[in-house]
Amino acid sequence: MSKYDVLIIGGGVTGTSIARELSRYKLEIAILEKEEELAFGVSKSNSGIIHPGTQNPPSSLKGKLCVQGNLLTRKIAKELGVDFKEVGELIVIFKEEDMPRLLEIKKEAEALGIPKLKIVDKKWLAKHEPNLNKDIIAALYAPSAGIKKEFGNLPRFHIGAVSDNKDPNQIFESRFVINAAGLYADEISAMVGINDFKITPRKGEEYLLDKKLAKLTNHLIFPLPSPTSNGILVIKTSDGNPMIGPTAEDQIDKQDKSTTEAGMKKVLENVQRIVPKISKDNIIAYFAGLRPVSGKDFIIRHEDKVPGFISVAGIQSPGLTAAPAIALLVVKLLKQNGLALKKKILFFHKHRKPTVHLFAMPVEKAKALTKKDPAYGDIVCRCEMVSAKEIRDAIKRGAKTLDGIKFRTRCQSGRCHGGFCTTRAMKILAEELAMPLTEVTKRGKGSEIIKESRKQ
Amino acid sequence: MIKRELIVVGGGPAGMAAALSAYENGVKDILLLERDQFLGGILNQCIHTGFGLQHFKEDLTGPEFADRLIIKIKAIKADKAIEVSLQSFVVKLTDRKVVTYLKPGKFEEVQAKAIIMATGCRERTREMIPIPGDRPAGIFSAGLAQKMINIEGWLPGKEVVIIGSGDIGLIMARRFTLEGAKVKAVVEIQKESRGLVRNIVQCVQDFDIPLYFRHKIKRIIGHDRVEKVEVVAVDENLNEKPETAFDITCDTVLVSVGLIPENELIEMAGAEIEDLNTTSIPGIFSCGNSYKVYDLADSVTRDSEKAGKQAAEYLKRI
Repeated sequence: MSKYDVLIIGGGVTGTSIARELSRYKLEIAILEKEEELAFGVSKSNSGIIHPGTQNPPSSLKGKLCVQGNLLTRKIAKELGVDFKEVGELIVIFKEEDMPRLLEIKKEAEALGIPKLKIVDKKWLAKHEPNLNKDIIAALYAPSAGIKKEFGNLPRFHIGAVSDNKDPNQIFESRFVINAAGLYADEISAMVGINDFKITPRKGEEYLLDKKLAKLTNHLIFPLPSPTSNGILVIKTSDGNPMIGPTAEDQIDKQDKSTTEAGMKKVLENVQRIVPKISKDNIIAYFAGLRPVSGKDFIIRHEDKVPGFISVAGIQSPGLTAAPAIALLVVKLLKQNGLALKKKILFFHKHRKPTVHLFAMPVEKAKALTKKDPAYGDIVCRCEMVSAKEIRDAIKRGAKTLDGIKFRTRCQSGRCHGGFCTTRAMKILAEELAMPLTEVTKRGKGSEIIKESRKQ
Repeated sequence: MIKRELIVVGGGPAGMAAALSAYENGVKDILLLERDQFLGGILNQCIHTGFGLQHFKEDLTGPEFADRLIIKIKAIKADKAIEVSLQSFVVKLTDRKVVTYLKPGKFEEVQAKAIIMATGCRERTREMIPIPGDRPAGIFSAGLAQKMINIEGWLPGKEVVIIGSGDIGLIMARRFTLEGAKVKAVVEIQKESRGLVRNIVQCVQDFDIPLYFRHKIKRIIGHDRVEKVEVVAVDENLNEKPETAFDITCDTVLVSVGLIPENELIEMAGAEIEDLNTTSIPGIFSCGNSYKVYDLADSVTRDSEKAGKQAAEYLKRI
């Protein structure tokens, strides 16, 4: 039996953020993750938005953690070499009678301490967002909203000694257990007799548009929020492709992440109202994710009924933004409940080198690099121009599946959707991880790509 | 910067035919860039026959057709008039005819007097139709599945449903069957196939593969791997007839719904495709499937020879 100080159930953005924060201290920590790679559950579908904190009541835990997380993210992005851009957001209205609601959102946001908010008029919008519907009369502008490379958040690379443990049926003993199990947090809590919350999966469908529309909007564009979501929006992404969505539909099934005709119709109708030039033909990819919803706020607490057990549940939007602040709160709860925190002096690896992409650097530097390492000149993915070297780097950083490579490098995510590069990416993955080609998967066991390999 | 008379981008039938014809018309300084490790392009994975009936008056396989052109290129290479650079991937094209390409260990910029783009085409995807449902493993474009079987020696699936009845879809129906897989259906939304009659007969009817016209895939279902598809009939306006919906269990969906010319480099240079093989920038040409999608490699070869001649004439004029 392995003994730990802290055991974290769930290796998503929340669980890994907590692990990173805890790895500053002399502690034995373990993360248990059911998927093939970290952040392949709820976190996999995040939109990359770093929210300013608007659209949350001032008394909410969510609101406070979001504002704090927005600040912390900037610092962590620098430490981990993650692309972060402050682009700002606009919440737009069409009718004068919606102005009181917009002013109320502004007032609540100010109470949360969100900086530099202002109401902008038609003239401002015409200058800064020329593609918006001309019927929009005003917007609330929150400049502190940002975008982050969707998969770049993962602090897991710095958790410290991460070892892959594949031994089934092990017992882990730990002084503290953190339930960060996303969609399954209610089932985990029920195991220790805590039954006062339920997780409802709330599906969000998102549609990715062609990179040719990279300049479609300059900000994140929101409509007025509805009771179940912040609405269907136009999202800027750090890769250039605008994204539209998400829908918000509650369901029972915790695995059904299918997209639907109705969902696409709804997303298009809603965003075309905001940006009329968006058409169905601009869509190049689509996906859906499930938010783990439990009531209106996050549940982050020490369960006094079960000493040592901490629930971190209902972490839906703005969970990605709030994650670093959630981690600090959890550390505080652990301390209050008796965990001794002794700082490591030397061994917290705070920094990580940013990933290298040949076309994100000046030509002369790219030339020198290609000469130094020929594999940079060996292009595997033609649509996104990803080299064999970048794919091998991604595997060294933890990719074990084709989706893992895709999220880190964009290989297979361009116009051809992997039509040209899939075989090569599979061969590199099989070679690096010394596994048979028939065991290469899209996203873990059961999603093997091919049935047989006959040539040896 | 290195200078060249003519750069041909793409070493498939179009690029090879254009380079050969430019040479025959007097151009003696040609750089042929091919991103793969071999010349031949997509012909290398087309191991079925039916190529060359017009151009060579013989029934050849794709690799044999390519080989005819490769032999000619190699013969000329001897006097260095055509330099072939393999594993060379063009990343940039400018309106001033500067081509930037990468190959292992090299990042080159070359100034050309004329350029022929013969970059071929890519397949339309499931996302472009778009088909809703799950996104499991087991969904392939027909060309990717063809590459897996014919080049890599892999079997991507055992129970297959094919969307679209164009030539590639039909040929893959036969290919999967010959490899021991079960092709459960070819589903075509139109009332007839766009493919050649010989392919409908020899690839589908001869193997008793059900071909559903005026039907579409409504949804792909499967958590990790494809489990089934939901099929529904459509009327003449392509509206669904919901009462006709039925499921087909399968582990693989092949998408064969058309091809699109690959013209991103030409767009990057700010050029537009104009009349046969020409673009809005004098001296930049486009031929083969990057000019328009052809049915036959023979027609590609014929028209690309014209592109080689057009480039040679342009070089004499300037």
